[in-house]
Amino acid sequence: MSFDQNAFLIILTGSLIAISCGLLGVFMMLRKMAMTGDAISHAVLPGIVIGFFVAGSQRGLEVIIGAGILGIIATLIIDWLRKKARVQLDASIGITFTLLFAIGIILINLFAYNVDLDQECVLYGEIAYLPIDLWVTGSGTILGPRITYLAVLNFTLVAGFIYFFFKELTLTSFDESFGSVMGIPSKGINLALMSMVSYTTVSSFEAVGAILVVALLVVPPATAFLWTKNLMPLIKLTTILGIGISILGYYLAYLFDSSIAGMMVTVAGVLFLLSALIKGRSSKSAGTSMANI
Amino acid sequence: MDNFVYFFTFQDLSILYVVIGIILLGIGSAYVGTYSFLDKKALLGDAISHAVLPGICLGFILAGEKNPVYIVTGAFISGGIATFLTSWLKKNTKLSEDAIIASILSVFFGFGIVLLTVIQKSGNPEMAGLNHFIFGNAIAILEEDLWIYGGLAVIIILSLTIFQKEFSLLVFNSDYGKAIGYPMEIIRFAFNVLMILSVVIGIQAIGVVLMAALLITPGAAARFWTDNLSKLLLLAALFAVVSGIAGTYISFVLPQMPTGPWVVVSLSFIALISFLFAPKKGTITRYFSRNQYLKKTNNEHLLKALYKNRELGQRMLTIENIYELYPYQKKEIKHSIEFLFKEGLILKNQNFISLTDYGIHEAKRVVRLHRLWETYLTEYMNIAPDHVHDSAEKLEHIITPELEAQLEKRLNFPQLDPHQENIPRD
Repeated sequence: MSFDQNAFLIILTGSLIAISCGLLGVFMMLRKMAMTGDAISHAVLPGIVIGFFVAGSQRGLEVIIGAGILGIIATLIIDWLRKKARVQLDASIGITFTLLFAIGIILINLFAYNVDLDQECVLYGEIAYLPIDLWVTGSGTILGPRITYLAVLNFTLVAGFIYFFFKELTLTSFDESFGSVMGIPSKGINLALMSMVSYTTVSSFEAVGAILVVALLVVPPATAFLWTKNLMPLIKLTTILGIGISILGYYLAYLFDSSIAGMMVTVAGVLFLLSALIKGRSSKSAGTSMANI
Repeated sequence: MDNFVYFFTFQDLSILYVVIGIILLGIGSAYVGTYSFLDKKALLGDAISHAVLPGICLGFILAGEKNPVYIVTGAFISGGIATFLTSWLKKNTKLSEDAIIASILSVFFGFGIVLLTVIQKSGNPEMAGLNHFIFGNAIAILEEDLWIYGGLAVIIILSLTIFQKEFSLLVFNSDYGKAIGYPMEIIRFAFNVLMILSVVIGIQAIGVVLMAALLITPGAAARFWTDNLSKLLLLAALFAVVSGIAGTYISFVLPQMPTGPWVVVSLSFIALISFLFAPKKGTITRYFSRNQYLKKTNNEHLLKALYKNRELGQRMLTIENIYELYPYQKKEIKHSIEFLFKEGLILKNQNFISLTDYGIHEAKRVVRLHRLWETYLTEYMNIAPDHVHDSAEKLEHIITPELEAQLEKRLNFPQLDPHQENIPRD
């Protein structure tokens, strides 16, 4: 097979997004906040729509700011419901993200005639259009696909965030009180992590869609966790999985003529289930009972 | 306005069908959701509702059209597989529950989207109807759909009502149920089936993404108003039905508007009101009752201080004296003085403050309760007299007249407390 530049670009972008999500996801999972990640990726929708409306296009900085703010608001609402209104955690998450997501859908429908944004694009994304969505400078020079640039920027920021705050993130993930004793502002670190998740969601939503970001956030770290319990191997394995998922996902989607992002997630899911089958406590599985369904 | 009258007088039979469908659906999912909320498994509903998408698509591919039987069956099967995988993974891996639920939810949804794009590219003209399953469109419910969705909803409502005892055992104390001989595994299985069914019937009206709200929010909101299970279920059902109808009405007036989001917004609005204003448990209600209690304690402490001075022979205290007694509470003390003066419990003479007759009566009551409780603790609990003050300082504001009478009787109307101080009576 000859070198296909489009395929290379799509796989590169897909890998970058999958790695950014996976790296953040490792820490989300260690903090038992996987569902909060899910909630955030749903909840940024109104921020995206409002930013889109203000900026007039999805390229504006306003979109990223809007989504970032909404992500933090979602975390704060969940916290408020849990601590002040004393709603149990799972219900707080469920109520918050459904409400914010619903507001987002309503806004899309209200603005539907004014802006070029439809709910399918936000939800599923379409990485396949990447090679034709080019970044053109004012003077007319074509610099290459815009989303790839976004993914590179996103990856750099996420990797930088984790590199520079590695000690803080690790400490607060495993032992929050010890972290506090060491003088690490665990609340601040937590909010920073949530902001990074919101930012990654927005930056990737055009390519893989808001809901599928969740899959990339949760599934590769969960798969890696089945194979190793140490942090560094966990991060490395998540990265490798991210690359593998986007290569396999791309070619399978090509084969079945379907959504690339959806196929990436499906591949991730298959790998996850296979790992669970191999590494699960097989001795006990013989006794799976009816009550499992 | 015309729309409003047209909608709610049900001149159009198809609207009547839709509203009946929404009512049944609301009751059914609120019932199931309340139980799973009490079981602390609220997010499982979210996982199931995302997970039915591939089933819906497969049903569509097999039937070649939007056939409700195929779609319901497909949705039920993929919801069932997702539920099975969730509990299998929980049992056989060390992953935390939220990671499992998030993985299952997103993987199934991703696979659903793969199938959806395959259908899209096949160019089937009926495709447009499938989008309704993502965000829901209650108005698109047809009479033939209603028979299936409504029928399933009735089955859910009836089973939960008839076997209320069994399902409450499941969510409140499953081990106890097992011990007294109930087949808890079968009950759990039945409950999971009902849960999947309630998601399946909701997707047409609410959509897969937001169906979770119809399961979680009514129960969570109703929980703020009552502690009684039957009332909880009724209230949750009422909330779900009201918001269901509101959402349907909006989709009727604005046809391009999906129903799901509006149902969720009105539900969340009801929930917010409950969280803030519900008696006893609402945040604002709690804030006010806490404030009131703090004020009451301050007032009673002030009365007590005045009375103790009286016992020492000083009939009045200056405001400055009082401030010295309670440093750091100047503002609260100022409020208390004003309040007690208004109520006729104290007299203010320039800077001097003294108790009125009524004030003496009230102060005696507080001091009496304090000293009675101290006596009780030393005599019956064998606590040393120098350790009883703090507890009495709290209990003096809470002890009711009935409790007081019992204490008096138990202690045989004592004259002195453990610190040899007089217990004042009128």
